[in-house]
Amino acid sequence: MRIKFSCLLLLLFALDVSINVQAAEKKEAPKFYFSNDKRKWNSLQRDEIHDPTCEAINVLQQPYEALSELPYDYTGNNVQWVKALREGFIEPRTNIWPETKIKVLDMDVIMDNTSTLPMVRFPHKEHTEWLDCENCHNHLFIAKVDANPITMYAVLKGEYCGRCHGAVAFPLRECGRCHSVLRATFKGKVGAQPVISGNPEFIAKPRP
Amino acid sequence: MNNIKNQFRKILFLLLPIVGMMTPGVLFAEYADVVMNKRSDKMGLRPVIFPHWFHRIRFRCKVCHSELGFEMRVGSNDVTMAEIANGKFCGMCHNGEVAWSIEHCDLCHSGKPGLKSGIDWGWDKSLTPDSW
Repeated sequence: MRIKFSCLLLLLFALDVSINVQAAEKKEAPKFYFSNDKRKWNSLQRDEIHDPTCEAINVLQQPYEALSELPYDYTGNNVQWVKALREGFIEPRTNIWPETKIKVLDMDVIMDNTSTLPMVRFPHKEHTEWLDCENCHNHLFIAKVDANPITMYAVLKGEYCGRCHGAVAFPLRECGRCHSVLRATFKGKVGAQPVISGNPEFIAKPRP
Repeated sequence: MNNIKNQFRKILFLLLPIVGMMTPGVLFAEYADVVMNKRSDKMGLRPVIFPHWFHRIRFRCKVCHSELGFEMRVGSNDVTMAEIANGKFCGMCHNGEVAWSIEHCDLCHSGKPGLKSGIDWGWDKSLTPDSW
């Protein structure tokens, strides 16, 4: 019994070692790249999604090469994209067609139907710097206060805010980034806030 | 009693490497990387990996999601190579002038064969109420 076990153990150990040796031989690219502020990105060669036998991936830009230069975040791509855009770290194109209208709206919406959590502040400015009005209005959100039955269940299922947040924009674990307005200290009126600047066609009507 | 304990330990040691070998590889793709595999596998090509991080450094969301007509939902865009060759969708830039042309198949079709379409960390992979 004892000998059988030892033999089996030895065999498995040998198998494991040979697999590890094979893996070690394949290790050309490091698994992770680090930036000076301790952010970590996978290398394309070993991210388990790109095919390492595909030689073309050696030509592609590595995430860390571009992202380590951009403002720090601890989640998502490890980059604060809004800050990167606003402070000029990146200058992404706004349009391809010359006739496309660039609409940026600076107006907050405070949503108070959040049970015991802090209220949600939706800033149009940050969103319209990246997106067009038509990306959300009116197929995801009707441009009217209280017209949208948003629930966290729907958001987590990828509807409403969840179309981007949790997939491309910052993850849904970051509750406080949206639920950011404390009832105790908020003195104004909930709903659409006064417009600071922007395109008047898409302004939601304030609550009566 | 001691004998049973010893045997249990041995079995545990035996099982550990087996379990280790059977554990599927964990995905470490960059946040918001999209795998597109509606047709690639069937055509004998590698699936397409679309890195959002790379593109949003150069273009705002609205360029692709408004001007080029990409729906903001995995699986809802029916992109064919014929359309790309005609300058639709990816073909607006991937034409050899702005970005590489469609002859460089492997630069986009670079995913592991058999990957499921989806967004890494997307709503269908994490935090969904259905997975609770």
